[in-house]
Amino acid sequence: MLKTRIIPCLDVNEGRVVKGVNFVDLIDAGDPVEQAKIYDKQGADELCFLDITATSSDRETIFEVVRHTAEQVFIPLTVGGGVRTLSDIRRLLEAGADKISINSAAVKNPDFIREASEKCGNQCIVVAIDAKARTDGSEGWEIYTHGGRRPTGIDAVEWAMKMADYGAGEILLTSMDRDGTKKGFDLELTRTIADAVRIPVIASGGVGTLQHMVEGIKEGHASAVLAASIFHFGEYSIQQAKNEMRKAGIPVR
Amino acid sequence: MGRTYNEKRPMAKETILIIDYGSGNLRSAAKAFEHMGPGKGHDIEVKVSGKPEDVLSADRVVLPGQGAFGDCMNGLSKIPGMMEALKEAVLHKGRPFLGICVGMQLLATRGLEHGAHAGLNWIEGEVHPMDLNDPALKIPHMGWNDLAFPSASIQQDNRHFVLRNISSTENFYFVHSFVFQCRHAHHVLALTDYGGFQTAIVGRDNIIGVQFHPEKSQSAGLKLIGNFLDWKP
Repeated sequence: MLKTRIIPCLDVNEGRVVKGVNFVDLIDAGDPVEQAKIYDKQGADELCFLDITATSSDRETIFEVVRHTAEQVFIPLTVGGGVRTLSDIRRLLEAGADKISINSAAVKNPDFIREASEKCGNQCIVVAIDAKARTDGSEGWEIYTHGGRRPTGIDAVEWAMKMADYGAGEILLTSMDRDGTKKGFDLELTRTIADAVRIPVIASGGVGTLQHMVEGIKEGHASAVLAASIFHFGEYSIQQAKNEMRKAGIPVR
Repeated sequence: MGRTYNEKRPMAKETILIIDYGSGNLRSAAKAFEHMGPGKGHDIEVKVSGKPEDVLSADRVVLPGQGAFGDCMNGLSKIPGMMEALKEAVLHKGRPFLGICVGMQLLATRGLEHGAHAGLNWIEGEVHPMDLNDPALKIPHMGWNDLAFPSASIQQDNRHFVLRNISSTENFYFVHSFVFQCRHAHHVLALTDYGGFQTAIVGRDNIIGVQFHPEKSQSAGLKLIGNFLDWKP
């Protein structure tokens, strides 16, 4: 039976791990390679690095981080943040990443996803969606780019369906309303998108308790859950999260 | 000319060749094999190359693969001399061969992804879109799944050498939307349950193919790689 995946995510700035609360207030929490090894030992099913380095000259650091991680950790590694071109994707794959997460560049040019999945295979193209409930009184969620700073007017559900159609292998869905709040996933958003596409959806944004993870799977219909701060400040271990899921009848590794 | 009676030769270092034919991420596979090298008791050199002469001189051959069946087969066959080298190394010299993911699927007679494409035809069968008994299941089959065994190898002792010391509760990392349907049941060495039983490992003689990614399957995958390195078919 297929197991539900738990994916710790590390935000990496200039080669160091940080976690943004509501995309601001960065707190340094260590060396990404060491952190990755700990998660691997704890039984993480995959790892995710999000490179939030602002300047392109400092972006070189992520390749070293990926290279060192891939030498020591033998679980799938997703890397995202600032991926704009096929050559960015190739370089990250060559450094040892298994999947590449793409956000703003997909919105700018949706055909980039088609091209990337054709060239590199759907399995390695993850489309990251940052979605926020519409604030103009209308229904639904709007997607944002550039680390949540730029509204696009695009409907999140339609966008997810389009990206699946264009060859995305998976969707990493972050609720901006919940990110950093520890109030749990936006279950309605997650369920609406997970039910609308055939590809797996990873729920992200808002995990504060282990029960939130269970909800993301059972009520949000996600195939995997991604979380950052509750793991890397040592509040909970991956194993504790798996035990909680197992108790709720969710198959885990 | 024979050797003299007491000539002693050290065990030669084995060359493990990971075939580079432009199909995706080979670094992960190379790193996993290197990890199982000298530090884990295997005197090996891991080489990533797309040269037919390297296939011919390798002691073991690994064929990874990502993307579509037809693209992979084209990528492989457009390297001059590659098909001949593979046949010579694997079918004639009997070098142990491991196909991973689409590299496993290429063993089939043909693949039906974006039209019909001829495969290596080393293990008779076809590669079809996954036929799931539950329409709510996601495609691709992505994530960790355990193995089930055909009745002939329910007992651990009867399983293939590469599955040595791997229990049926261990999980492997899968990512695929197509599945190998073998013509002969005895070529199916393991299955995995996703909307029905899907082929997970195929093999015969010195050839083995795994649908999952051992290089991404943590301790279970590394064990399988170690077993492949010890395997003397």
